[in-house]
Amino acid sequence: MAKVYDVIIIGAGSIGVPAALNLALRKQKVLVIDVETAPGQQNNKKAIGGVRATHSDYGKINVCKLSIEIMKNWQETWGDDIGWLSNGYSYPAYTEEDEKTLKEQMEIQHSYGLNIIWVSPEEYNELVPGINKEELRGSTYSPEDGSCSPLLLGSAYYFHSLEAKVEYCFREKVIGFDMSQSKITRVITDKGTYSSGMVINAAGNYGREIAAMAGLNLPVQPENHEAGITEPVARFMYPMVVDMRIRPGSENFYFYQNNEGQIVFCITPMPPILGIDNRSTSTFLPLCTKRMLEVYPRLHNLRVRRTWRGQYPMTPDGFPIVGKSGDNLINAVGMCGQGFMLGPGMGELITRICLDELTESDVHILQSFNPERDFSRMEAFK
Amino acid sequence: MEDHRILKHPILPIEEREDVLFTWNGEPLLAKKGEMISSALIANGINIFGHHHKDGSAQGIFCANGQCAKCTVIADGLAVKSCMTAVTPGMEIRSLEGLPELPDTAFIPKYPPLEKLEVDVLIIGGGPAGLSAAIELGKYNINTLLIDDKQALGGKLVLQTHKFFGSEEDSNAGMRGIEIGKLLALELQKYPSVQFWLNSTALFVFSDQKVGILKDGIYKLVTPHIILNAAGAREKFLRFPGNDLARIYGAGAFQTLVNRDLVRPTNRLFIIGGGNVGLIAGYHALQAGINVVGLAEAMPQCGGYKVHSDKLKRLGVPIYTSHTIINAAGKETVESITIAQIDSEFKPIPGTEKSFACDTLLIAVGLNSLSEFTQEAKEAGIQVFSAGDAQEIAEASSAMFNGKIAGLTIAKEYGKEEVEGIPSEWYAKAEVLKSHPGKIKDYQKDLPEQGVFPIIHCLQEIPCNPCTTVCPTNSIHTEDDGLMSLPVYSGNCIGCYKCVLICPGLAITLVDYRNDKEHPIVTIPYEVFNIPKTEGEEIELVDIDGNPLGFYPIIAVLDVKKSHTQLIKVQVPQTIAKRVASFRIQAKEISEPLSSPLISEKLPDEAMVCLCERVKVGDIRKLIKSGITNLNQIKAITRSGMGPCGAKTCENLILQLLREEGIPTENIVSNTLRPLFIEVPLEKFPDGD
Repeated sequence: MAKVYDVIIIGAGSIGVPAALNLALRKQKVLVIDVETAPGQQNNKKAIGGVRATHSDYGKINVCKLSIEIMKNWQETWGDDIGWLSNGYSYPAYTEEDEKTLKEQMEIQHSYGLNIIWVSPEEYNELVPGINKEELRGSTYSPEDGSCSPLLLGSAYYFHSLEAKVEYCFREKVIGFDMSQSKITRVITDKGTYSSGMVINAAGNYGREIAAMAGLNLPVQPENHEAGITEPVARFMYPMVVDMRIRPGSENFYFYQNNEGQIVFCITPMPPILGIDNRSTSTFLPLCTKRMLEVYPRLHNLRVRRTWRGQYPMTPDGFPIVGKSGDNLINAVGMCGQGFMLGPGMGELITRICLDELTESDVHILQSFNPERDFSRMEAFK
Repeated sequence: MEDHRILKHPILPIEEREDVLFTWNGEPLLAKKGEMISSALIANGINIFGHHHKDGSAQGIFCANGQCAKCTVIADGLAVKSCMTAVTPGMEIRSLEGLPELPDTAFIPKYPPLEKLEVDVLIIGGGPAGLSAAIELGKYNINTLLIDDKQALGGKLVLQTHKFFGSEEDSNAGMRGIEIGKLLALELQKYPSVQFWLNSTALFVFSDQKVGILKDGIYKLVTPHIILNAAGAREKFLRFPGNDLARIYGAGAFQTLVNRDLVRPTNRLFIIGGGNVGLIAGYHALQAGINVVGLAEAMPQCGGYKVHSDKLKRLGVPIYTSHTIINAAGKETVESITIAQIDSEFKPIPGTEKSFACDTLLIAVGLNSLSEFTQEAKEAGIQVFSAGDAQEIAEASSAMFNGKIAGLTIAKEYGKEEVEGIPSEWYAKAEVLKSHPGKIKDYQKDLPEQGVFPIIHCLQEIPCNPCTTVCPTNSIHTEDDGLMSLPVYSGNCIGCYKCVLICPGLAITLVDYRNDKEHPIVTIPYEVFNIPKTEGEEIELVDIDGNPLGFYPIIAVLDVKKSHTQLIKVQVPQTIAKRVASFRIQAKEISEPLSSPLISEKLPDEAMVCLCERVKVGDIRKLIKSGITNLNQIKAITRSGMGPCGAKTCENLILQLLREEGIPTENIVSNTLRPLFIEVPLEKFPDGD
């Protein structure tokens, strides 16, 4: 006899664990299945920790606004220190064109109620003291965005979900579904079979494979990114700095000082490096440090402590794929490297999809993430 | 201020060095030109370099090897590892209190392109194994790059002032480690196909088959076809309440300070661990003029060679077997430690506690192979070999031998047809050289009380034979002519002292009945003559175990400069002549315990596991008890292993805790291996144009 649950979540990561906690708090009997030996062991722990509502569309803006609320109030609500810091985000502009694009985006962002301002190079130098002002035209600054520790938040979600009686099966791989027309009747793993009312695909890198088991073709393609972290120093800078320029070998790169005082940095390689390969390459540090020190020479003596590699499960348009397919499968995949910042908000949204409690705003949000969209739009801030 | 420099050493030359003025927290002090900041501070009696930003705990020297960051100070405004940064004239050095400030920089630096090169073989580590392998590769003219993170070749050999064990023919037994290191380095330079980079640290073997190396502060990418990991080992740490006090560290750090930098970091040293590393460190301490209060070993017998432990006992250092450390106490640095006897299950027996005043605690509880480069190379798909301690923990004599084997294996692998097969007896010998000590036997019986002959106070089977090869009349053999068995005297001694001088254990005396049969002359080797012994002085003679045999005057001191050894002659009654093994040099009072033991209120779970991020045993144990057995998850929750040393110290302690809690090995998930091996400034990496 297969064990019966209200909800089975595939993937104990940035999306799966928050969803599990929220569902369990709504009295759902939840099972989370993951191939790893512990929660958050794929890309959740590799997130750099930045959280912003500064996106370009209603869906992501609103999910992340909710995430920020949850993270900001986490300690008060749950008691755990997750290292939340309202340090803000900034997108400096170095060309007239970038300045124009950013300012146009700001209008849309203002219309969604985001607190985002334009600062002059001098004002920017107050926020990021010592920033190279050569060709700098100014920057956006969204002070309500912030950061926290993916490791601490991930663990906090996990422990609270255990308290809420969520069950976890680690080291277990989902290998197929038993289907009856468009309904998943059983989830089959390499160790057993389980039944549930709802099945949530939160499998990150493997979102496409899991969806395929239900006969769906979701365009999720992992791309490799590398990141690094330095030794800690006393606080000297505030917002995340996102340099959107394109340079040989790379698109944007970004860095910030986390709550421990360490600089965390990451770069988007160009062309993208498709696939899943967690091994570090010799190209990352030379490429990323060159751009970073050009923008912020003050960092030159700071020592790199560790680097790592993870994946952005990308979709063609840079928007997640979230929504119900068939009778009882909810896909929540293709987070495009933003699973950590979307996770807390997404956990609540998924819960409302599951319990059929969608609000008007939720419906609006889910339009951006519709699995059946044509993927031709482009996210400006991906 | 008391000078903490070693001004007199029986083995090491003390060279005149220029003084350099620097300031410490505003106070002017003198350093020696070119020396590391840490040693300059210790020479001036400064042992607290700052306070940790998390809990304000005192920080000081720990690894003396650039691996951790506990010795960080602010030098001319910049946070630096004091053990890796040389003092410059006028340098303003400050203690690091909390997190350092990052200074502002006005300039926009320009970066040159990174140097990239290809080599056939990359050897990581220029110690006994790496050097021996490189020499073999040199003989076959294979393009080899050997890198070492120190300023001189030789690895840990350069810190070994004692004579080496092993076999004379294969591993230069009887020579001092420092001399062997120099000999190998010299030989290496004969081979033009081998280049070596000093001050060069391998940072990671990347997946694109490039090895990132920081050479003299410049980052380079090397693509090797084959890698030999000869990077040695790292020391294990121990958990006990108070293990996070300043002035607790390993033998490597101690030997670096004492034998490389010639500073005296302690006046009263206590040692935990009776393996060869701990025993030898104790001996080195005596040679540096440091009082060794005692040595504790958990097992009923020291794991190191008996000749090493005998040597310490005879000189007056008590060895407490079946004892463990209960705690270390002190305000910021160690002021006292408490040991207790343990039962067969290694549990301390209440009532057996003894406390000792000491200012430094040396932890020598074993080594772990430095295996990460091997693992990284495998993951990158590069053919990789390992030798020396990186392969298996053993003596340097064994490292030299298996380095040779590795070198030849690689040459063969590389397609050098002319490489003959490695003789099978090489493998056999490599096995013998890494043997653990064997049986303890009795003294040789039936030696006549006439003439002159050696008394061999070497009663434990160890892989060592220089006494047998040095004898000009061929009068010493091992029992079965094998390397491991005990040497026995068999005939025609001419009293040349060669065996007395070469024995690495200082375990041969010469008894001469020729002048006065009733009062023979006993000749004892001595190499702690920083504590001078002169003719006429009464010394307390002791037997092999350090038991007193009475006071007798020295009748002669022969200075054998070439072997840095003195021969001390005494005339004693026939009844004790054969038992005289040495004499006490350290006064009994030095090793007296405190009148009553200081029982700490701290529980074992208050011991620190992660010194970098200040994570205690209790925090980790709680997680393990809740079912968490993945080191990555433990790290995520506690930050244990996320500090500057990169889990080099805590990982092993956490694994021990997991075992202690009964977690089967197959359920334990190890830390994921990530770059970089050590922290490196961002400015080293940009690939400029």
